[in-house]
Amino acid sequence: MTENDPGRTAGKKPDLSVNIGKLRMKNPVTTASGTFGFGLEYAPYLDLNRLGAIVVKGTTLQPRPGNPTPRLVETPAGILNSIGLQNPGVDRLIGEYLPYLAQYDLPVIVNIAGDTVEDYAELAGKLDRAEGVAALEVNISCPNVKKGGMQFGSDPYMAAEVTRAVRGNTDKPVIVKLSPNVASIAAVAVEVAAAGADALSMINTLLGMAIDVRRRRPLLGNVMGGLSGPAIRPVAVRAVWQVYREVDLPIIGMGGIVTAEDALEFILAGATAVAVGTASFINPRAALEVLEGIEQYLVENQVEAIGELVGAAHRA
Amino acid sequence: MSLLTDAKVVKQMELAPHYYRLVLSAPATARAAGPGQFLHVRCGETLEPLLRRPLSIHAVNRERGELALLYRVAGRGTALLAKKKGGDTISIMGPLGRGYTMPSAPERVAVVAGGIGIAPLYFLLQETGARGQSALVFWGTSTKEQFFRPARPVWDLKGTKGRYLSIVQEIRAQGHQIVLATDDGSAGFHGTVTDLFERYLNNPSGREEILSLYGEASTTSGQIKTDREAGGGPGAGLNFYQNPESETFARVYGCGPGVMMKELCRIIGTHKIPGEISLEERMGCGVGACLACACKTREGDQGGFRYSRVCVEGPVFPAGEVIWDD
Repeated sequence: MTENDPGRTAGKKPDLSVNIGKLRMKNPVTTASGTFGFGLEYAPYLDLNRLGAIVVKGTTLQPRPGNPTPRLVETPAGILNSIGLQNPGVDRLIGEYLPYLAQYDLPVIVNIAGDTVEDYAELAGKLDRAEGVAALEVNISCPNVKKGGMQFGSDPYMAAEVTRAVRGNTDKPVIVKLSPNVASIAAVAVEVAAAGADALSMINTLLGMAIDVRRRRPLLGNVMGGLSGPAIRPVAVRAVWQVYREVDLPIIGMGGIVTAEDALEFILAGATAVAVGTASFINPRAALEVLEGIEQYLVENQVEAIGELVGAAHRA
Repeated sequence: MSLLTDAKVVKQMELAPHYYRLVLSAPATARAAGPGQFLHVRCGETLEPLLRRPLSIHAVNRERGELALLYRVAGRGTALLAKKKGGDTISIMGPLGRGYTMPSAPERVAVVAGGIGIAPLYFLLQETGARGQSALVFWGTSTKEQFFRPARPVWDLKGTKGRYLSIVQEIRAQGHQIVLATDDGSAGFHGTVTDLFERYLNNPSGREEILSLYGEASTTSGQIKTDREAGGGPGAGLNFYQNPESETFARVYGCGPGVMMKELCRIIGTHKIPGEISLEERMGCGVGACLACACKTREGDQGGFRYSRVCVEGPVFPAGEVIWDD
């Protein structure tokens, strides 16, 4: 086809829709768990209906109070956090937050976390029966809780066991969120795929810490925390690139996305969808601006469907 | 209602080394703002520093559609903010958070401020002063320069047109009485503002003396008389503290460093005076999503606690609700 092909002239909207397993999203932009609350916090600033999906705050069986303060430290082009999965528990999520979100035309992906394999299985069962859950994102990679969390994510076989437990209790799409704090993220991805995951999301935060040199003590109340923001983007793009080559599952790419160009890097590396995280703190409209920028890129480069770009950097 | 807006800088003044007053034009935000609420301010244009900075709203002029911030340069974000000049644009989110409960009109109230903690309390004093309700203000700093040099008021205050006023004088011109404390004794009471406040509460017969010794006359910036002092003028009809000895406070408002707030909560707890204090914590999103700016508050009556979000449940909390860990 040539540039003069009438099918590609201006005015024709590119196809932005993507599929994450059985979950169909009208566009590829979602929000990273823990950075967008339950969506309602951002409703004054943007039309939630325009997002491809939202991923709500990590949810556990019982409410969790969270970690001691301080919980946040600003680092070069990034932040370290140790929130400690503070959340109201799955029952309040189902009873209060999901009904609120039902007013929107917006798939809700629920991020789940547990201390044991049985916790994950029980969470999956409860949410499988709940109204308004489009998919589950399995958090096997939170660096901020003592038991479970990253311990599952750093061992390919434990990661697979958690995946099987969730898979066994739900027909909803199962997205497993991978940790970058491993020797080979592709090795974990391969096991998780074999255990029945429908998709992967990556990456969670990088384990880090910062020290107050005047007080000579760690800055975070919990000593270590998860690094996010633009500082980690190259690590995340690399991880998506590696996993895309090894595993044939859709990937939701995230890690320091601020602009549409950042998001396109992930898509070209192999991500089917992207999540905006820390950037929402700086600009509550960041996710929508990323979406608008992606659409503009497709129009300007005469790409008919976003799918054409997924992994395109591998085929260059 | 909170808005994301590009506000235009009207002007910025340095009131003392590292202390600035920034006036922004943002009509809808100014209309919606209440005392104790804050703005989440994007100080730079780049990703370094990354986060917005939460700054309490210092004063509002709804007719002009303007609001002011008063802040200390404490790091990279506020250092960038200090470079902004008239005509520049700054992205602001707000008004955010839960502010002070306005006192009911006949109530006697005290305001206790530590250092730059005067910023949000000034807005409260502006609002109560405007409806003819005077407060007794206790303001402490480390040294007298931190009461700031006289400058042209952000907006003309009635009866003071054209004069340069210090913040202390502005507060008086709005109908309030103010006493001062400094850590180094360079002005007002030599000691902490909470010590001064506790002395005032504990010793009714010494109150007149505290008011006369540590009032505005005790500072070097006290030479300019306001219209009230000259007789007549804006505050003349206000119900001032005629008889401090028998005076009790229906409510106390505080803002200042954590150690000071803890002490203030102890004092007003002892005296069983209800109060509200404004807290500060490292903040991420400013809208309650990230759960970074947590503080411990009481939960139930079994001695339990929960982590509340300073940005949403605060920054102003009832004094009795906050749990102070050592």
